[in-house]
Amino acid sequence: MGMIGDAVSAIKATNVRHIALQAISLGMIVTSALIIWKGLMCFTGSESPVVVVLSGSMEPGFRRGDILFLHMSKAPIRAGEIVVFHVDGRDIPIVHRVIKVHERVETNEVEVLTKGDNNMGDDRVLYAHGQMWLQRHHIMGRAVGFLPYVGWVTIIMTEKPYIKYLLIGALGLLVITSKE
Amino acid sequence: MHSLMFRANAVLTFGITLLAALCCLASLSDNLHYTSPSVDLQILHVESFQRLPNGNDEVKLILNITADLQSLFTWNTKQLFVFVAAEYATPKNVLNQVSLWDIIVERKENATIWRRTRNKYSFVDQGNNLRGLDFNLTMYWNVMPLTGAMYTGKFVVPGFKLPQQYR
Repeated sequence: MGMIGDAVSAIKATNVRHIALQAISLGMIVTSALIIWKGLMCFTGSESPVVVVLSGSMEPGFRRGDILFLHMSKAPIRAGEIVVFHVDGRDIPIVHRVIKVHERVETNEVEVLTKGDNNMGDDRVLYAHGQMWLQRHHIMGRAVGFLPYVGWVTIIMTEKPYIKYLLIGALGLLVITSKE
Repeated sequence: MHSLMFRANAVLTFGITLLAALCCLASLSDNLHYTSPSVDLQILHVESFQRLPNGNDEVKLILNITADLQSLFTWNTKQLFVFVAAEYATPKNVLNQVSLWDIIVERKENATIWRRTRNKYSFVDQGNNLRGLDFNLTMYWNVMPLTGAMYTGKFVVPGFKLPQQYR
């Protein structure tokens, strides 16, 4: 009760200069987040440097809600690497392991086959109809690092949008009412 | 200044920073670890060797896989993903890597491997270059951490040869 009262009086007490300051600090937070994200994109060479594992197809190595850090270097793709790829006709990228690689003589184009560690068969059933191999352009990055559980934040927010709005609202209120 | 929210925020920030630092240190500590894996790979028998209707060669092998990978485990190791691949070159491809068999090892006690097995994944060439082919068998181990960087090691056994004739 006291907290809400404080908040209301704080809102009443705000003046133009205070509001401007809050807007700027909010802008700083948003832009620095953007800078970090775009910087990571540059640094790792991957269009999405961090992905959240959504399925159990790589268990027990990766579980739902784990975070993977991707890197996309010029280095050729080799068997055993865990790659993130997208298949024509599917929106959500897949994180699976490369089990076969065939690299052409002169062009050095690669054809790879992937499989989820926890799946029985290889990924040809997941590829586009009639597609036998993945090419380089299907692959968005290779997983180089791993952080457990943190991805649950984004999973919960995408699956339960009201929690996202609640959180954003609470944070916004906090920014507006903070006295600094 | 000393409100509940302020304190909760300070505790949370400190906690997360500390956790992140510990995760980094745990991952870095993997580099200080000395490993001495031992591997032996053999082909006991060529079970069948044929050209498939689509023109590609397929061979079925019986493998004998022996390895002691216990030294790869550290306190930050979640599992090893171990696989054996056939590696060879053909006129069409500079490199072919065909995974033949794999296993997930989650505990150090299970990291001594002895298996006599058929190839789990089909050994099919892109074309018909397998007759009389010289190739390597390589065991790879992908060390997957509880947190931090993944890394891969390998052991190459060269000098295998497939028969000159289909059978």
